[in-house]
Amino acid sequence: MAGFDKRVYSYEEAMAGLEDGMTVISGGFGLCGIPENLIAEIQHRGTRDLTVVSNNCGVDGFGLGVLLVDRQIRKVVASYVGENKLFEDQLLKGEIEVVLTPQGTLAEKMRAGGAGIPAFFTATGVGTPVAEGKETREFNGREYLMETAITGDFAIVKGWKADWYGNVIYRHTAQNFNPLAATAGKITVVEVEEIVAPGELDPTQIHTPGIYVDRLICGRFEKRIEQRTVRA
Amino acid sequence: MALTREQMAQRVARELQDGYYVNLGIGIPTLVANYVPEGMEVMLQSENGLLGMGAFPRADEIDADMINAGKQTVTARTGASIFSSAESFAMIRGGHIDLTVLGAFEVDVQGNIASWMVPGKLVKGMGGAMDLVAGAENIIVTMTHASKDGESKLLARCSLPLTGAGCIKRVLTDLAYLEIANGAFVLKERAPGVSVEEIIAKTAGELVVPDHVPEMQF
Repeated sequence: MAGFDKRVYSYEEAMAGLEDGMTVISGGFGLCGIPENLIAEIQHRGTRDLTVVSNNCGVDGFGLGVLLVDRQIRKVVASYVGENKLFEDQLLKGEIEVVLTPQGTLAEKMRAGGAGIPAFFTATGVGTPVAEGKETREFNGREYLMETAITGDFAIVKGWKADWYGNVIYRHTAQNFNPLAATAGKITVVEVEEIVAPGELDPTQIHTPGIYVDRLICGRFEKRIEQRTVRA
Repeated sequence: MALTREQMAQRVARELQDGYYVNLGIGIPTLVANYVPEGMEVMLQSENGLLGMGAFPRADEIDADMINAGKQTVTARTGASIFSSAESFAMIRGGHIDLTVLGAFEVDVQGNIASWMVPGKLVKGMGGAMDLVAGAENIIVTMTHASKDGESKLLARCSLPLTGAGCIKRVLTDLAYLEIANGAFVLKERAPGVSVEEIIAKTAGELVVPDHVPEMQF
Protein backbone atom coordinates (compact mmCIF):
# COMPACT_ATOMS: atom_id res chain seq x y z
CA MET A 1 0.00 0.00 0.00
CA ALA A 2 1.43 3.28 -1.07
CA GLY A 3 0.48 6.91 -1.16
CA PHE A 4 -3.26 7.43 -1.29
CA ASP A 5 -4.21 3.85 -2.11
CA LYS A 6 -6.74 2.99 0.65
CA ARG A 7 -7.59 -0.51 -0.53
CA VAL A 8 -7.50 -3.50 1.77
CA TYR A 9 -8.25 -7.00 0.59
CA SER A 10 -9.85 -8.79 3.53
CA TYR A 11 -12.51 -7.86 6.05
CA GLU A 12 -10.14 -8.95 8.79
CA GLU A 13 -7.69 -6.29 7.63
CA ALA A 14 -10.54 -3.78 7.23
CA MET A 15 -11.48 -3.99 10.92
CA ALA A 16 -7.99 -4.60 12.35
CA GLY A 17 -7.47 -2.71 15.61
CA LEU A 18 -11.08 -2.84 16.79
CA GLU A 19 -10.99 -3.57 20.51
CA ASP A 20 -13.41 -4.18 23.35
CA GLY A 21 -15.03 -1.03 24.70
CA MET A 22 -14.59 1.04 21.54
CA THR A 23 -17.16 3.34 19.92
CA VAL A 24 -18.29 2.46 16.40
CA ILE A 25 -20.31 4.90 14.28
CA SER A 26 -22.30 3.25 11.52
CA GLY A 27 -23.99 4.65 8.44
CA GLY A 28 -27.39 3.40 7.26
CA PHE A 29 -31.09 4.08 7.71
CA GLY A 30 -33.08 1.01 8.63
CA LEU A 31 -31.43 -1.66 6.50
CA CYS A 32 -30.77 0.75 3.62
CA GLY A 33 -27.12 1.59 3.03
CA ILE A 34 -25.75 -0.37 5.98
CA PRO A 35 -22.16 -1.68 5.93
CA GLU A 36 -23.45 -5.21 6.25
CA ASN A 37 -20.14 -7.04 5.73
CA LEU A 38 -18.21 -4.81 8.15
CA ILE A 39 -20.91 -5.46 10.76
CA ALA A 40 -20.64 -9.20 10.08
CA GLU A 41 -16.87 -8.91 10.58
CA ILE A 42 -17.39 -7.26 13.98
CA GLN A 43 -19.65 -10.19 14.89
CA HIS A 44 -16.98 -12.60 13.68
CA ARG A 45 -14.27 -10.87 15.73
CA GLY A 46 -16.40 -11.16 18.88
CA THR A 47 -15.47 -7.66 20.06
CA ARG A 48 -17.44 -6.75 23.20
CA ASP A 49 -18.72 -3.79 25.24
CA LEU A 50 -19.13 -1.73 22.11
CA THR A 51 -20.87 1.62 21.96
CA VAL A 52 -22.72 1.73 18.65
CA VAL A 53 -23.86 5.03 17.17
CA SER A 54 -26.36 4.52 14.35
CA ASN A 55 -29.82 5.78 13.44
CA ASN A 56 -31.25 2.27 13.99
CA CYS A 57 -30.00 -1.04 15.32
CA GLY A 58 -30.85 -3.44 12.51
CA VAL A 59 -33.37 -6.28 12.72
CA ASP A 60 -33.17 -9.73 14.26
CA GLY A 61 -30.41 -11.56 12.41
CA PHE A 62 -29.38 -8.78 10.03
CA GLY A 63 -27.45 -5.52 10.19
CA LEU A 64 -26.43 -4.33 13.65
CA GLY A 65 -28.96 -6.81 15.07
CA VAL A 66 -26.37 -9.58 14.64
CA LEU A 67 -24.18 -7.92 17.30
CA LEU A 68 -26.94 -8.42 19.87
CA VAL A 69 -26.82 -12.22 19.59
CA ASP A 70 -23.68 -12.56 21.73
CA ARG A 71 -24.31 -9.30 23.61
CA GLN A 72 -21.45 -7.46 21.93
CA ILE A 73 -23.14 -4.06 22.32
CA ARG A 74 -23.16 -2.28 25.67
CA LYS A 75 -24.68 1.01 24.59
CA VAL A 76 -26.60 2.27 21.57
CA VAL A 77 -27.05 5.88 20.50
CA ALA A 78 -29.94 5.92 18.02
CA SER A 79 -33.14 7.73 17.05
CA TYR A 80 -35.33 4.67 16.54
CA VAL A 81 -34.77 1.10 17.64
CA GLY A 82 -38.13 -0.56 17.23
CA GLU A 83 -37.65 -3.37 14.72
CA ASN A 84 -35.83 -5.87 16.85
CA LYS A 85 -37.16 -8.43 19.38
CA LEU A 86 -33.74 -9.31 20.81
CA PHE A 87 -33.06 -5.64 21.31
CA GLU A 88 -36.33 -5.15 23.21
CA ASP A 89 -35.52 -8.15 25.34
CA GLN A 90 -32.04 -6.89 26.28
CA LEU A 91 -33.40 -3.38 26.87
CA LEU A 92 -36.14 -4.58 29.22
CA LYS A 93 -33.61 -6.72 31.15
CA GLY A 94 -31.28 -3.73 31.48
CA GLU A 95 -28.49 -5.51 29.59
CA ILE A 96 -28.11 -2.74 27.07
CA GLU A 97 -28.12 1.03 27.48
CA VAL A 98 -29.93 3.20 24.93
CA VAL A 99 -29.52 6.92 24.40
CA LEU A 100 -32.46 7.96 22.23
CA THR A 101 -31.42 10.96 20.18
CA PRO A 102 -33.52 13.00 17.72
CA GLN A 103 -32.61 12.03 14.19
CA GLY A 104 -31.47 15.49 13.10
CA THR A 105 -29.47 15.91 16.30
CA LEU A 106 -27.80 12.54 15.68
CA ALA A 107 -26.85 13.55 12.13
CA GLU A 108 -25.52 16.89 13.36
CA LYS A 109 -23.57 15.25 16.21
CA MET A 110 -21.73 13.15 13.62
CA ARG A 111 -21.24 16.09 11.29
CA ALA A 112 -19.93 18.26 14.13
CA GLY A 113 -17.67 15.45 15.35
CA GLY A 114 -16.09 15.15 11.94
CA ALA A 115 -15.78 18.92 11.51
CA GLY A 116 -14.03 19.63 14.81
CA ILE A 117 -17.03 21.38 16.34
CA PRO A 118 -17.34 20.16 19.94
CA ALA A 119 -20.95 21.21 20.50
CA PHE A 120 -23.85 23.07 18.88
CA PHE A 121 -27.19 24.60 19.86
CA THR A 122 -30.51 23.38 18.49
CA ALA A 123 -34.20 24.01 19.20
CA THR A 124 -34.88 20.29 18.77
CA GLY A 125 -35.78 18.68 22.08
CA VAL A 126 -36.26 21.84 24.14
CA GLY A 127 -38.92 21.17 26.80
CA THR A 128 -38.77 17.39 26.25
CA PRO A 129 -37.02 14.53 28.09
CA VAL A 130 -34.11 14.96 25.64
CA ALA A 131 -33.27 18.28 27.32
CA GLU A 132 -32.82 16.82 30.80
CA GLY A 133 -29.44 17.72 32.27
CA LYS A 134 -28.38 19.72 29.23
CA GLU A 135 -27.34 23.35 29.09
CA THR A 136 -29.75 25.74 27.38
CA ARG A 137 -29.19 29.22 26.03
CA GLU A 138 -31.36 31.89 24.52
CA PHE A 139 -30.62 33.29 21.06
CA ASN A 140 -32.88 35.91 19.48
CA GLY A 141 -35.58 35.27 22.06
CA ARG A 142 -35.76 31.49 21.58
CA GLU A 143 -34.40 28.76 23.83
CA TYR A 144 -31.86 26.32 22.42
CA LEU A 145 -30.28 23.16 23.74
CA MET A 146 -26.58 22.41 23.72
CA GLU A 147 -25.75 19.07 22.12
CA THR A 148 -22.23 17.69 21.98
CA ALA A 149 -20.44 16.15 19.00
CA ILE A 150 -19.80 12.43 18.54
CA THR A 151 -16.64 10.85 17.23
CA GLY A 152 -15.90 7.15 16.97
CA ASP A 153 -12.83 4.97 17.31
CA PHE A 154 -14.15 3.46 14.10
CA ALA A 155 -16.67 4.61 11.52
CA ILE A 156 -18.13 1.96 9.23
CA VAL A 157 -19.64 3.14 5.98
CA LYS A 158 -21.39 1.66 2.94
CA GLY A 159 -20.74 3.38 -0.39
CA TRP A 160 -21.66 2.54 -3.96
CA LYS A 161 -18.53 3.32 -5.97
CA ALA A 162 -15.13 4.56 -4.93
CA ASP A 163 -11.76 5.06 -6.52
CA TRP A 164 -8.85 3.60 -4.66
CA TYR A 165 -7.92 7.01 -3.27
CA GLY A 166 -11.09 6.62 -1.19
CA ASN A 167 -13.31 9.12 -3.00
CA VAL A 168 -16.81 7.73 -2.49
CA ILE A 169 -20.18 8.07 -4.22
CA TYR A 170 -23.38 6.81 -2.59
CA ARG A 171 -26.40 5.49 -4.46
CA HIS A 172 -29.92 6.91 -3.97
CA THR A 173 -31.22 6.99 -0.38
CA ALA A 174 -28.48 4.57 0.69
CA GLN A 175 -26.54 7.80 1.28
CA ASN A 176 -28.38 8.79 4.50
CA PHE A 177 -25.97 8.88 7.50
CA ASN A 178 -23.01 7.40 5.59
CA PRO A 179 -21.18 10.59 4.57
CA LEU A 180 -21.54 11.95 8.14
CA ALA A 181 -20.28 8.76 9.75
CA ALA A 182 -17.36 8.80 7.29
CA THR A 183 -16.10 12.11 8.70
CA ALA A 184 -16.39 11.13 12.37
CA GLY A 185 -14.20 8.04 12.74
CA LYS A 186 -10.61 7.99 13.99
CA ILE A 187 -10.41 5.08 11.59
CA THR A 188 -13.01 5.21 8.80
CA VAL A 189 -13.62 2.01 6.90
CA VAL A 190 -15.71 2.13 3.72
CA GLU A 191 -17.08 -0.86 1.88
CA VAL A 192 -18.38 -0.36 -1.64
CA GLU A 193 -19.88 -2.32 -4.52
CA GLU A 194 -17.23 -1.28 -7.02
CA ILE A 195 -13.72 0.16 -6.85
CA VAL A 196 -12.42 2.00 -9.91
CA ALA A 197 -9.12 3.62 -10.84
CA PRO A 198 -8.54 7.25 -9.81
CA GLY A 199 -9.74 9.51 -12.62
CA GLU A 200 -12.76 7.37 -13.48
CA LEU A 201 -15.09 9.20 -11.10
CA ASP A 202 -16.10 12.78 -11.87
CA PRO A 203 -14.59 14.94 -9.07
CA THR A 204 -17.72 17.11 -8.97
CA GLN A 205 -19.87 14.06 -8.16
CA ILE A 206 -17.86 12.84 -5.12
CA HIS A 207 -19.89 12.73 -1.88
CA THR A 208 -17.10 11.73 0.51
CA PRO A 209 -13.61 12.97 -0.39
CA GLY A 210 -10.84 10.44 0.20
CA ILE A 211 -9.27 12.47 3.01
CA TYR A 212 -11.87 11.01 5.40
CA VAL A 213 -11.29 7.41 4.36
CA ASP A 214 -8.61 5.19 5.90
CA ARG A 215 -9.51 1.79 4.51
CA LEU A 216 -11.54 0.78 1.49
CA ILE A 217 -12.83 -2.65 0.59
CA CYS A 218 -14.99 -4.04 -2.20
CA GLY A 219 -17.80 -6.33 -1.04
CA ARG A 220 -20.91 -8.22 -2.10
CA PHE A 221 -24.18 -7.12 -0.57
CA GLU A 222 -27.47 -8.81 0.19
CA LYS A 223 -29.28 -5.42 0.52
CA ARG A 224 -32.22 -6.77 2.41
CA ILE A 225 -35.48 -4.80 2.09
CA GLU A 226 -37.37 -4.01 5.29
CA GLN A 227 -40.77 -2.93 3.91
CA ARG A 228 -41.39 -4.11 0.39
CA THR A 229 -44.19 -1.88 -0.90
CA VAL A 230 -45.45 -1.84 -4.47
CA ARG A 231 -48.24 -0.26 -6.45
CA ALA A 232 -50.52 -2.30 -8.66
CA MET B 1 -70.38 11.66 11.74
CA ALA B 2 -66.74 11.57 12.67
CA LEU B 3 -64.41 11.92 9.69
CA THR B 4 -62.79 8.84 8.21
CA ARG B 5 -59.01 8.75 7.85
CA GLU B 6 -59.44 9.50 4.15
CA GLN B 7 -61.67 12.51 4.88
CA MET B 8 -59.12 13.83 7.35
CA ALA B 9 -56.43 13.53 4.69
CA GLN B 10 -58.72 15.30 2.21
CA ARG B 11 -59.29 18.18 4.63
CA VAL B 12 -55.55 18.57 5.28
CA ALA B 13 -54.94 18.56 1.52
CA ARG B 14 -56.96 21.79 1.31
CA GLU B 15 -54.08 23.48 3.15
CA LEU B 16 -51.63 22.59 0.37
CA GLN B 17 -50.47 25.31 -1.96
CA ASP B 18 -48.84 25.12 -5.35
CA GLY B 19 -45.06 24.98 -4.95
CA TYR B 20 -45.10 23.74 -1.36
CA TYR B 21 -42.36 21.50 0.05
CA VAL B 22 -44.20 19.16 2.43
CA ASN B 23 -43.19 16.58 5.02
CA LEU B 24 -45.86 13.98 5.79
CA GLY B 25 -45.62 11.76 8.86
CA ILE B 26 -46.65 8.13 9.10
CA GLY B 27 -50.37 7.16 9.18
CA ILE B 28 -53.10 9.64 8.22
CA PRO B 29 -50.56 12.28 7.10
CA THR B 30 -49.21 9.86 4.47
CA LEU B 31 -52.71 9.67 2.92
CA VAL B 32 -52.63 13.43 2.20
CA ALA B 33 -50.43 12.66 -0.82
CA ASN B 34 -53.46 10.97 -2.44
CA TYR B 35 -55.47 14.22 -2.40
CA VAL B 36 -53.14 16.79 -3.92
CA PRO B 37 -55.51 18.95 -6.02
CA GLU B 38 -55.40 18.57 -9.78
CA GLY B 39 -52.94 20.93 -11.43
CA MET B 40 -51.10 21.68 -8.17
CA GLU B 41 -47.47 20.72 -7.75
CA VAL B 42 -46.06 19.83 -4.32
CA MET B 43 -42.75 18.19 -3.45
CA LEU B 44 -42.77 15.60 -0.65
CA GLN B 45 -39.77 15.46 1.65
CA SER B 46 -38.77 12.18 3.28
CA GLU B 47 -36.36 12.79 6.14
CA ASN B 48 -34.02 9.92 5.29
CA GLY B 49 -32.78 12.17 2.50
CA LEU B 50 -35.23 12.47 -0.40
CA LEU B 51 -36.98 15.60 -1.68
CA GLY B 52 -39.49 14.69 -4.37
CA MET B 53 -40.82 11.35 -3.18
CA GLY B 54 -42.83 9.57 -5.87
CA ALA B 55 -45.27 6.66 -5.87
CA PHE B 56 -44.47 3.18 -4.61
CA PRO B 57 -42.54 1.25 -7.25
CA ARG B 58 -44.00 -1.41 -9.52
CA ALA B 59 -42.74 -4.87 -8.62
CA ASP B 60 -40.10 -4.72 -11.35
CA GLU B 61 -38.87 -1.28 -10.21
CA ILE B 62 -38.12 -2.17 -6.58
CA ASP B 63 -34.70 -0.94 -5.51
CA ALA B 64 -33.26 -1.65 -2.04
CA ASP B 65 -31.38 1.67 -2.19
CA MET B 66 -34.58 3.64 -2.64
CA ILE B 67 -36.72 3.91 0.51
CA ASN B 68 -38.74 6.48 2.46
CA ALA B 69 -38.58 7.38 6.15
CA GLY B 70 -41.03 4.55 6.90
CA LYS B 71 -38.43 2.19 5.34
CA GLN B 72 -40.85 1.41 2.51
CA THR B 73 -39.59 1.06 -1.04
CA VAL B 74 -40.45 4.20 -3.04
CA THR B 75 -39.57 5.99 -6.26
CA ALA B 76 -38.32 9.51 -6.88
CA ARG B 77 -40.41 11.85 -9.00
CA THR B 78 -39.07 14.02 -11.80
CA GLY B 79 -37.12 16.90 -10.26
CA ALA B 80 -36.27 15.02 -7.07
CA SER B 81 -33.01 15.35 -5.19
CA ILE B 82 -31.27 12.96 -2.80
CA PHE B 83 -28.89 13.95 -0.01
CA SER B 84 -27.45 13.06 3.38
CA SER B 85 -29.32 12.99 6.70
CA ALA B 86 -27.52 16.18 7.83
CA GLU B 87 -28.69 18.00 4.71
CA SER B 88 -32.19 16.63 5.20
CA PHE B 89 -32.40 17.93 8.74
CA ALA B 90 -30.82 21.24 7.76
CA MET B 91 -33.92 21.69 5.58
CA ILE B 92 -36.17 20.71 8.44
CA ARG B 93 -34.43 22.62 11.25
CA GLY B 94 -33.70 25.62 9.07
CA GLY B 95 -37.42 26.18 8.52
CA HIS B 96 -37.37 25.42 4.79
CA ILE B 97 -40.30 22.99 4.82
CA ASP B 98 -43.54 24.81 3.94
CA LEU B 99 -45.92 22.37 5.64
CA THR B 100 -45.43 19.52 8.09
CA VAL B 101 -48.26 17.09 8.87
CA LEU B 102 -47.88 14.61 11.69
CA GLY B 103 -49.84 12.53 14.16
CA ALA B 104 -49.88 12.82 17.96
CA PHE B 105 -51.12 11.19 21.17
CA GLU B 106 -51.97 14.54 22.80
CA VAL B 107 -51.81 18.28 22.21
CA ASP B 108 -52.54 21.03 24.69
CA VAL B 109 -53.63 24.67 24.85
CA GLN B 110 -50.01 25.86 25.04
CA GLY B 111 -49.23 24.23 21.69
CA ASN B 112 -47.31 21.38 23.29
CA ILE B 113 -47.32 18.02 21.54
CA ALA B 114 -46.73 14.50 22.85
CA SER B 115 -46.32 11.85 20.18
CA TRP B 116 -43.42 9.52 20.88
CA MET B 117 -43.44 7.98 24.34
CA VAL B 118 -45.92 6.32 26.67
CA PRO B 119 -44.20 5.66 30.03
CA GLY B 120 -44.37 2.02 31.01
CA LYS B 121 -44.58 0.90 27.40
CA LEU B 122 -41.52 0.12 25.34
CA VAL B 123 -40.02 3.28 23.89
CA LYS B 124 -38.86 2.84 20.34
CA GLY B 125 -37.60 6.36 19.75
CA MET B 126 -38.55 9.76 18.45
CA GLY B 127 -37.01 9.37 14.98
CA GLY B 128 -37.25 12.77 13.30
CA ALA B 129 -40.42 13.99 15.05
CA MET B 130 -38.68 16.33 17.52
CA ASP B 131 -36.70 17.96 14.72
CA LEU B 132 -39.84 18.39 12.62
CA VAL B 133 -41.93 20.08 15.30
CA ALA B 134 -39.04 22.31 16.43
CA GLY B 135 -38.08 23.36 12.92
CA ALA B 136 -41.39 23.93 11.14
CA GLU B 137 -43.44 27.09 11.30
CA ASN B 138 -46.48 25.57 9.61
CA ILE B 139 -47.55 22.31 11.26
CA ILE B 140 -50.86 20.47 11.18
CA VAL B 141 -51.42 17.72 13.74
CA THR B 142 -53.86 14.98 12.74
CA MET B 143 -55.35 12.68 15.36
CA THR B 144 -58.62 11.38 16.75
CA HIS B 145 -60.29 13.87 19.08
CA ALA B 146 -60.62 11.32 21.90
CA SER B 147 -59.21 7.89 22.70
CA LYS B 148 -61.22 4.70 22.19
CA ASP B 149 -62.26 5.01 25.85
CA GLY B 150 -63.58 8.52 25.21
CA GLU B 151 -60.69 10.35 26.91
CA SER B 152 -59.96 13.70 25.30
CA LYS B 153 -56.61 14.14 23.57
CA LEU B 154 -56.97 17.93 23.49
CA LEU B 155 -55.82 18.85 26.95
CA ALA B 156 -55.10 21.73 29.30
CA ARG B 157 -51.66 20.20 29.68
CA CYS B 158 -50.11 17.17 27.98
CA SER B 159 -49.78 14.24 30.38
CA LEU B 160 -47.19 12.35 28.30
CA PRO B 161 -43.54 13.34 27.74
CA LEU B 162 -43.37 16.05 25.08
CA THR B 163 -42.11 15.88 21.53
CA GLY B 164 -42.00 19.66 21.38
CA ALA B 165 -43.05 22.65 23.47
CA GLY B 166 -45.22 25.50 22.23
CA CYS B 167 -44.92 24.59 18.58
CA ILE B 168 -48.42 23.51 17.47
CA LYS B 169 -50.96 26.01 16.17
CA ARG B 170 -53.33 23.83 14.13
CA VAL B 171 -55.05 20.52 14.83
CA LEU B 172 -57.36 18.45 12.65
CA THR B 173 -59.26 15.73 14.48
CA ASP B 174 -61.97 13.38 13.29
CA LEU B 175 -64.50 15.84 14.77
CA ALA B 176 -63.12 19.31 14.18
CA TYR B 177 -60.50 21.66 12.83
CA LEU B 178 -59.06 23.83 15.60
CA GLU B 179 -56.39 26.45 16.04
CA ILE B 180 -54.41 27.13 19.19
CA ALA B 181 -54.06 30.75 20.29
CA ASN B 182 -53.65 32.62 23.58
CA GLY B 183 -53.74 29.47 25.71
CA ALA B 184 -56.92 27.97 24.25
CA PHE B 185 -58.22 25.84 21.40
CA VAL B 186 -60.34 27.82 18.97
CA LEU B 187 -63.01 25.81 17.17
CA LYS B 188 -62.85 26.79 13.50
CA GLU B 189 -64.79 24.03 11.71
CA ARG B 190 -66.80 20.97 12.68
CA ALA B 191 -67.04 17.69 10.81
CA PRO B 192 -70.31 17.30 8.87
CA GLY B 193 -73.06 16.15 11.19
CA VAL B 194 -70.99 16.65 14.36
CA SER B 195 -72.51 19.03 16.91
CA VAL B 196 -70.64 21.77 18.71
CA GLU B 197 -71.87 20.18 21.96
CA GLU B 198 -70.11 16.89 21.16
CA ILE B 199 -66.86 18.74 20.45
CA ILE B 200 -67.16 20.72 23.67
CA ALA B 201 -67.80 17.50 25.60
CA LYS B 202 -64.73 15.82 24.12
CA THR B 203 -62.30 18.73 24.51
CA ALA B 204 -60.64 18.79 27.94
CA GLY B 205 -58.55 21.94 27.39
CA GLU B 206 -60.12 25.40 27.27
CA LEU B 207 -62.13 25.76 24.08
CA VAL B 208 -63.23 29.01 22.48
CA VAL B 209 -66.41 28.51 20.44
CA PRO B 210 -67.27 31.32 18.02
CA ASP B 211 -70.96 32.17 17.41
CA HIS B 212 -70.87 30.46 14.05
CA VAL B 213 -68.87 27.26 13.51
CA PRO B 214 -69.11 26.24 9.85
CA GLU B 215 -69.22 22.66 8.67
CA MET B 216 -66.04 21.44 7.07
CA GLN B 217 -65.78 21.62 3.29
CA PHE B 218 -63.76 19.14 1.25
